[in-house]
Amino acid sequence: MTTTATPANTAAVPAGASRTKVLQRQGAAVALALVVAVSWLVFPRFGSLDNLRDLALQGAFLAVIALGMTFVIITGGIDLSVGSVYALGGVLAAWGSQHGFLVALLLPLVVCGLIGLVNGLLIARTNMAPFIVTLASLLFARGLLLVITDEGATTYQIPPDSAFVELGRGTVFGFGYPIFVAAVLCLLGGVVLNRTSFGQNVFATGGAEQSAVLMGVPIARTKVLVYTTSGTLAGLAGALTAAYLQSGVTVIGVGLELDAIAVVVIGGTLLTGGMGTVLGTVIGVGLIKVIQNVINQIGTLDSNYQSVVSGVFLLIVVVLQRILRR
Amino acid sequence: MTLKATRTAARTRWLQDNGVYVAVGVLLLFNALFTANFLTLGNVTTQLVQAAPVLIVALGMALVIGTEGVDLSVGAVMALAAAIIPLYLGAGPLVAITMALVAGVLAGVFNGFLVARVGIQPIVATLALLVGGRGLALVIADGQLVQLHDPAFLALGTGDVLGVPISVLVAGVLAVAVAALTNRTTFGRQLVAIGGNRKAATLAGLPVTRVLIGVYAICGVLAAVAGVLATSRLSASDPADMGLLMELSAITAVVVGGTPLTGGRVRVLGTVFGVVLMQLVRATLIKHDLPDSIAQMIQAAIIIAAVYVARERR
Repeated sequence: MTTTATPANTAAVPAGASRTKVLQRQGAAVALALVVAVSWLVFPRFGSLDNLRDLALQGAFLAVIALGMTFVIITGGIDLSVGSVYALGGVLAAWGSQHGFLVALLLPLVVCGLIGLVNGLLIARTNMAPFIVTLASLLFARGLLLVITDEGATTYQIPPDSAFVELGRGTVFGFGYPIFVAAVLCLLGGVVLNRTSFGQNVFATGGAEQSAVLMGVPIARTKVLVYTTSGTLAGLAGALTAAYLQSGVTVIGVGLELDAIAVVVIGGTLLTGGMGTVLGTVIGVGLIKVIQNVINQIGTLDSNYQSVVSGVFLLIVVVLQRILRR
Repeated sequence: MTLKATRTAARTRWLQDNGVYVAVGVLLLFNALFTANFLTLGNVTTQLVQAAPVLIVALGMALVIGTEGVDLSVGAVMALAAAIIPLYLGAGPLVAITMALVAGVLAGVFNGFLVARVGIQPIVATLALLVGGRGLALVIADGQLVQLHDPAFLALGTGDVLGVPISVLVAGVLAVAVAALTNRTTFGRQLVAIGGNRKAATLAGLPVTRVLIGVYAICGVLAAVAGVLATSRLSASDPADMGLLMELSAITAVVVGGTPLTGGRVRVLGTVFGVVLMQLVRATLIKHDLPDSIAQMIQAAIIIAAVYVARERR
């Protein structure tokens, strides 16, 4: 999209830490530190170990999805299908759990990965807009979910004593396994993005596609890979959620794509592509979840304010980013 | 280019421009032949009434997309309009409707300001209002669904003029107005020019900021109109559900109607037919007892097919 931004310039130095880039990243981090500090002082329950564990677990599912979205957005694309794919992944995992741990884990990864692959192929090979392709697969994945669940009437339960439930509910020092899964994946994602040639290709694809083509960057393959990754990760997040909830809830994930996009943007990744960090996304997830947590702590405050505050917050961040970039 | 290649190109070009009309024609023919009681006055009226709010929103969306933007906040603006109606209904329906429309304009100006002046990407700028707008609507309404009883206001949703439901009439008039605005006014030419190449439009001295804010304001007020009509038809203010996922329906209709997401072109008649096509598909599937699951997957396929046909060649 044509804005006054000049992505070509910023893309030229993907690895180099320009001053504005540092400012942006630290901006989100500073905000997170401030919000956490204030919450800690004002709300005695905020700092309790129980609440922090809860907070980290809530953030873990979103972080896994947002990680895939970060890659997609850095290539200059967008993936609207993740909310539906997330729900589908959960249902597939719950359905598969009757056939054992491996099926419960692999089925959602494979099917959701395939949906991502089709997204990627359509976007890379036919020059259709990512927005509209993934909008279609948002509908498709929801439809597929309804087919499997008898139009949403059936909710598959996961046997409480199965190993798969352990994946969602097991803990180390009280911290749930999904937190570690998300942490390992984000670490891995950061390394891939900054230390591998694939990561360089992701930046190049989003920075200046034409120049990337001329430089011999495999644009099509990079795009197919990022959308496949995004689909797979959304499916994994769904599977983890199902394991945690011990069932494949059919109605979750509506609008989740927008949450994921919001945290990626708050984390300083540009929607124009060519620039972004995994750390920023993790900080973005932290910010949104801490704010939601705090609003829940204020018992008297209407829960409807939660989305108002999230909206205002998103706005402040993007306006600040814009001003910092000038 | 060989003759054969020229012919193929011409055929593709024709399909790009007219595919949506052909699709609507084929579906109408199919239903006329195979669906009982489809082309009855009662059913056609029902279908049109259902499609009217989507069309009104899609008209505004077409203008925004023509500027190479997108407005994700339309559903939230409908919810805001719905929440405002009961607050002022005591002072009369005209006051209530005016206040709802003013809120729509303000929401649109807000979006437009963020996009045009601050320079934030349309997706993010309008995402903020999508997230916050519905929350604000729920705060205003205290999270409650409010039954409405004002007969004059409810007449908007139930009344008709010479057999044509008022909401359909409003949608029709607005479609003509938006078509005239796009094709016959300086504003229309400017918005298409901005969508085609914003930098060039700026260099050519077009009032880019003013036009963009105007376009988003129009989109906002149209979403509010749709919210008012839908609220009246529901005879209740329901900010929790009003306009939910409307942004996706509207964008789909606009794109299926042949307006490219890359901007620089607005097809108003195509948008009307895009809305009609999506409504026809849904109605056809329901009448033939196909479950919702299949309906959603077929809609996905139609979107892909429409965009595939209309895509820009490399």
